[in-house]
Amino acid sequence: MNPLRLVRARPKPAFTVTVDGRTVEALPGRTVAAALWAAGVTSWRTTRGSGRPRGVFCGIGVCFDCLVTVNDRPNQRACLVPVRPGDVIRTQEGTGHED
Amino acid sequence: MRTELVVVGAGPAGLAAALAADARGVHVTVLDAADGPGGQYFRQPAAELNARRPRALHHQWRTWERLRDGLAASGVRLLTGHHVWTVTAGSGTFTVHALLGPEEDQPATVHADAVLLATGGHEHVLPFPGWTLPGVVTAGGAQAMLKHGLVVPGRTAVVAGTGPLLLPVATGLAAAGTRVSALVESADPRRVARHARALAGKLPEGAGHAARLLRHRVRPLARHTVVRAHGEDRLTGVTVAALDAEGRVRRGTGRYLPCDTLAVGHGMLPQTDLAEGLGCRRDGPTVTVDDEQRTSVPGVWAAGETTGVGGASLALAEGHIAGRSAAARLRGAVPDPAGWAPAARTRESLRTGAAALDDAFAPPAHWTEQVADDTVVCRCEEVTAGAVRAAADDLGAGDVRTVKLLTRAGMGWCQGRMCATAVAGLAGCRPDAPRRPFARPVPLGVLARTPLDQPPQDHSPTGHSSTGHSSTGHSLTDRSSSGQEQPSSDRPSSEQPLSGRSSSDLPASDRSASDLPTPEQRTPGLSTPDLSTSDLPTPEQRTPGRPTSRRPTSGPPPTG
Ligand SMILES: Cc1cc2nc3c(=O)[nH]c(=O)nc-3n(C[C@H](O)[C@H](O)[C@H](O)COP(=O)(O)OP(=O)(O)OC[C@H]3O[C@@H](n4cnc5c(N)ncnc54)[C@H](O)[C@@H]3O)c2cc1C
Ligand code: FES
Repeated sequence: MNPLRLVRARPKPAFTVTVDGRTVEALPGRTVAAALWAAGVTSWRTTRGSGRPRGVFCGIGVCFDCLVTVNDRPNQRACLVPVRPGDVIRTQEGTGHED
Repeated sequence: MRTELVVVGAGPAGLAAALAADARGVHVTVLDAADGPGGQYFRQPAAELNARRPRALHHQWRTWERLRDGLAASGVRLLTGHHVWTVTAGSGTFTVHALLGPEEDQPATVHADAVLLATGGHEHVLPFPGWTLPGVVTAGGAQAMLKHGLVVPGRTAVVAGTGPLLLPVATGLAAAGTRVSALVESADPRRVARHARALAGKLPEGAGHAARLLRHRVRPLARHTVVRAHGEDRLTGVTVAALDAEGRVRRGTGRYLPCDTLAVGHGMLPQTDLAEGLGCRRDGPTVTVDDEQRTSVPGVWAAGETTGVGGASLALAEGHIAGRSAAARLRGAVPDPAGWAPAARTRESLRTGAAALDDAFAPPAHWTEQVADDTVVCRCEEVTAGAVRAAADDLGAGDVRTVKLLTRAGMGWCQGRMCATAVAGLAGCRPDAPRRPFARPVPLGVLARTPLDQPPQDHSPTGHSSTGHSSTGHSLTDRSSSGQEQPSSDRPSSEQPLSGRSSSDLPASDRSASDLPTPEQRTPGLSTPDLSTSDLPTPEQRTPGRPTSRRPTSGPPPTG
């Protein structure tokens, strides 16, 4: 069983996005975080202080752990931002800015 | 845009309120940050995923159908994708400020005669070694990602913590194909049993969930707790241990459970930022309301988990009452509570049940003992338990605010939403009522152009003497920007921070100049046909839960 089968989903056709340069398929309607989970990725940020990996924690936009760089814009909450065709998703290091 | 009643939040409370007011002829506009109505409990799969059987992930589906169909048949205007960051009051009108767009950088405002806050709550998790590892998610978060994105984080999960939300999360994940090896609940079943009477009939789905746990071979481990999450860059397993009668970990009982996902939660906390901004009176973490669900600020109502955690059915009952009260008061009438007597009875009984649940599902009394000094407590600022303890023990900090100033715990993006209770527990002080400038991070460009200087409306001693706005609307008349929704033409960069204002301009903010967000940060702040009485949840649909104490409350009942 998987979640899509459980609810008998017939998603619209998948499109591709890149995750740190790797091309992965994403289903429309999902958030960037859901697309990353579906691609087997669970962390996409390293913390400013100790460089530790982080991904989704609260899942509803409250914790800001899931920050990610999408199309060169850092600090997007992956659990809220819808994934769009051609998105260039990159692991965000620290603040997401070169400093 | 202008409306008579603006409802923030399209969860059970907000929808019930909107439908009740709409049925009484009020022009209602509902705003929600999500891409569709439902809130947490009735969160639906993204439309593009085209789920033909979404109910497989839901309970109380008929109630949802009533809300959904009622909304479609009503005159309620629903604005999705609207992240409300603040509500201001002035000269007899309220202005709701929202941000739209994938990057939440386009401003929009809605003007209204009255406001109803139904923003729900969020989960809280107490720290333990390893809790920041990827793969460790909140129980509600795993559920939200599953219900909306139809996705799970891994193959093998352990569900842990305390509260009635754990059961539906465990059965939901298992139904979706995740192997759930254990459900680790710190509460003592005997304690839950002690409240059997108050809870009788209020855990209707409890038995169903238990059978499902059995079917999916989920091992229930009562009076156990996760003492550590293991892994280098990703979760590989957890160590769980038994608790003694005092809530202390029993030595030698630890055992290792391999897993790539830990869904953990210790209850819910109300989301009250917007109420805070309006100056609504609060009691600990919840917004105070009267029998009509009115807050202390005239013209502002609140319902659902914002006013105390108690589950979806309580949220429905409260929303219904709030909507009816607002509808009457907007017409200058005094509502007759007899009209909503069944809802009021439901509310009373569920609040009692909530208090019982809250008592039954408390986190282990000695949880701090398991938090090693090098455990990160504030996830945003990476402040350790050792630093918090040092602030309290060595530097004498006696309250959360001082600990915060000394350590930066709670000063990051989430503004302490995730760590405040833990910081208070570790420092040995009471949790502060949160004070956050805004419910959402606000781009500088938007903030600079937003007049926020109107003072909140006066609090009348009785709290409500001026709520009866007449339908002619003259009591809340300043409609200077009578206007339209205002999508911004010069879109500000989402990377600009809130720090455009001096820190002293930030309402009740704890920020000193040095605490202003770095340039790349945005302000963490946050951000039915009429359910007539006969449509209110029937006894078997009810869900309990609700706190009276200051401590965080256990989650909603096992109904979702
Ligand atoms: C992540 C999560 C998952 C949950 N899952 C379950 C479950 O599976 N089963 C169960 O029994 N209970 C669950 N709960 C508990 C649930 O909160 C309640 O039972 C019920 O949904 C409360 O109803 P409500 O109307 O008070 O609030 P909610 O349902 O939380 O609705 C509040 C709504 O307000 C919106 N909102 C909040 N702030 C803003 C803002 N600033 N601007 C715009 N919109 C805003 C939110 O997007 C949300 O849609 C969950 C809670 C959380 C936090
Ligand atoms: S996971 Fe918490 S904000 Fe996205």
